[in-house]
Amino acid sequence: MEYFIQQLINGVTLGSIYGLIAIGYTMVYGIIGMINFAHGDIFMISAFIALIGLLVLFGAGITWLPLVLIVVLILSMFLTAAWGWVVERIAYRPLRGSFRLAPLISAIGMSLFLQNFVQIAQGARIKPLPPVVSGGFILMDSGDFTVNLSYLQIVIVVLTLVLMTGFSLLISKTALGRQQRACEQDRTMAALVGINVDRTISLTFVIGAALASVAGLMFLLYYGVIDFFIGFLAGIKAFTAAVLGGIGSLPGAMLGGLLIGLIETFWSAYFTIEYKDVAAFSILVLVLIFRPTGLLGQPEVEKV
Amino acid sequence: MSVLNSEKLPPILKDSVITGLITLVLAVPIVGLPTINATEGLQIEPRWSVVIWMVSAVFLGRLVLNFWWHREQTSSSSTILLNTPFLQSLQQLLKFIIPIGVLFALILPTMPFASRYVMDVAILVITYIMLGWGLNIVVGLAGLLDLGYVAFYAIGAYSYALLANYFDWSFWICLPLAGVFAAISGILLGFPVLRLRGDYLAIVTLGFGEIIRVILLNWYEFTGGPDGISGIPRPSFFGLEFKRSSEGTFSSFFGLDYSSMHRIIFLYYLILALALLTNFITLRLRKLPVGRAWEALREDEIACRSLGINPTNTKLTAFAIGATFGGLAGSFFATRQGFISPESFTFIESAVILAIVVLGGMGSQIGVVLASVVLIGGTELFRELEEYRMLAFGALMVGIMVWKPRGLLAHREPTIRIKTEGSS
Repeated sequence: MEYFIQQLINGVTLGSIYGLIAIGYTMVYGIIGMINFAHGDIFMISAFIALIGLLVLFGAGITWLPLVLIVVLILSMFLTAAWGWVVERIAYRPLRGSFRLAPLISAIGMSLFLQNFVQIAQGARIKPLPPVVSGGFILMDSGDFTVNLSYLQIVIVVLTLVLMTGFSLLISKTALGRQQRACEQDRTMAALVGINVDRTISLTFVIGAALASVAGLMFLLYYGVIDFFIGFLAGIKAFTAAVLGGIGSLPGAMLGGLLIGLIETFWSAYFTIEYKDVAAFSILVLVLIFRPTGLLGQPEVEKV
Repeated sequence: MSVLNSEKLPPILKDSVITGLITLVLAVPIVGLPTINATEGLQIEPRWSVVIWMVSAVFLGRLVLNFWWHREQTSSSSTILLNTPFLQSLQQLLKFIIPIGVLFALILPTMPFASRYVMDVAILVITYIMLGWGLNIVVGLAGLLDLGYVAFYAIGAYSYALLANYFDWSFWICLPLAGVFAAISGILLGFPVLRLRGDYLAIVTLGFGEIIRVILLNWYEFTGGPDGISGIPRPSFFGLEFKRSSEGTFSSFFGLDYSSMHRIIFLYYLILALALLTNFITLRLRKLPVGRAWEALREDEIACRSLGINPTNTKLTAFAIGATFGGLAGSFFATRQGFISPESFTFIESAVILAIVVLGGMGSQIGVVLASVVLIGGTELFRELEEYRMLAFGALMVGIMVWKPRGLLAHREPTIRIKTEGSS
């Protein structure tokens, strides 16, 4: 029982990280209908920016942790958002309105480019970071197994919840959210009623990148090691999460992220850790066979 | 520069300065502050000179581009004028290029510059051409987005390697079997997932590719895990092996002096034959009802269904035939390398093959050839700069797409395109 609860906590933490990345995929897919393959690498870059930020601040002698974390978080959100904007500007905007596969190939190219760019700029070796946030609560202690809830896990889950709430409000209540939903439904009509479609799409990328940067910082703090290749696996997991939840649906992305996190954690805990990716993908296939639009996705209406 | 109006200069300059500033913002952390793995933990060693170089390069590049775009705009609107006659003459030219290309491929080994290195690159390029043609059936003709094509390549390679190692069967028996295995796995995968549309299919195939790789990596007893399989037998020429020995070898039978090039040239002709077979079968299939059905399905699935075409079966045939060619290419890869490991079958490979198909122009057989030569041969030039190779590769993919979104040789290029905002 204790073991189960511990895995549940770990799974929810991992799921939060996946969910935050998945939002970027699902939003971009919703608005321009493309898989933004470079999104995982944006996440990777954000983890590197966070790492560099932490090292610079610690190097400068600033060690009061809340300040450091907030500064790094904000810095990394801005810089990552800039990366997201630039990627959209270079690789996707010129391809707006061209056929379906063109932006996908461009995105795969961008993903390769970013990976290798960071590899050259930062080196190929893994970057270990000693634990920055340590400590936690002991929830249960049965003698031979203790259930730990670390402060970091609390921060991750709470921050994710806050961001999700804020983000849902942004989409449902603000002018930007309305513009975005309008573009999602029909870009030509949105342009006709005076919405700046290019700007809205850019902002979608910026928001997606900013959320991914939060995930990047948390990933760095939680696992303590990053390298230039983390974006690939985290990216396809998050995309799987977005598809599982129903691509284009924001609550779906969150739910999918949680599910993928839980499946992976429980599979590693009770079965074999080597096949955890197989488990995640197999469940995706099973869900898609019975619900072809994902768990919370809207069924696509076919028009002739 | 006389075409340049004086009032145009400030916006151009402003744009370039902004681009430079953005580059500065992006480059400062990632390039300017590299983390160095030192014994006492990670250290940061600033290197501002590289950042300054990058920013100035981007600024100047943007400036030049801006001037160029400006001149294009003011000089003439020649795009539509160019389109029709230019394309027609290109079509005329293509008729001659195909036989010349095949002829060139046939006599390549006899050329004086055909060194070992050139032949190796040629074999690599033709392998990718074959894979591209195989995937072209799935993506270009049937319009199914497959991001896990490398799985079939892996299945073909491992089928041959395992059959040859466990049963000691020859390459010529294993080759068709590898194709059959790949086709079966294609059908097994395709049957449940081909009902999914577009991008759902993409992610499931991507997942399938990863699953195959993870299984190969972890099923240690059977596949050798990360160590892979080594000592895969080389193919023989009608039972004559390519070895340095006096009895029953290729060189002794034909009374030639032994040369390691014999095997390379044999492999070259082998892959050339396999690739041409792929092309021939594809071209033939396109004329059959099933080929027509693929292309119809790509254009409009609903219309197809109302005309009585079974979409699932039609897609399955495309998937299985595409997989077969992937498997054949895989078993060639295994016999050429003599060693395979899961390392060779990562997602990047799938992405490269898909890029070849799309960059060449979907559905265009010649486009695949052109894209393979440009991408594989082109990045081979960067071989010495190992780590910059994939960087250039990624940049090339983005660049070609932005420059020609429909691929280098679009099969269905409309003669005049009406520019609409936002329509897809």
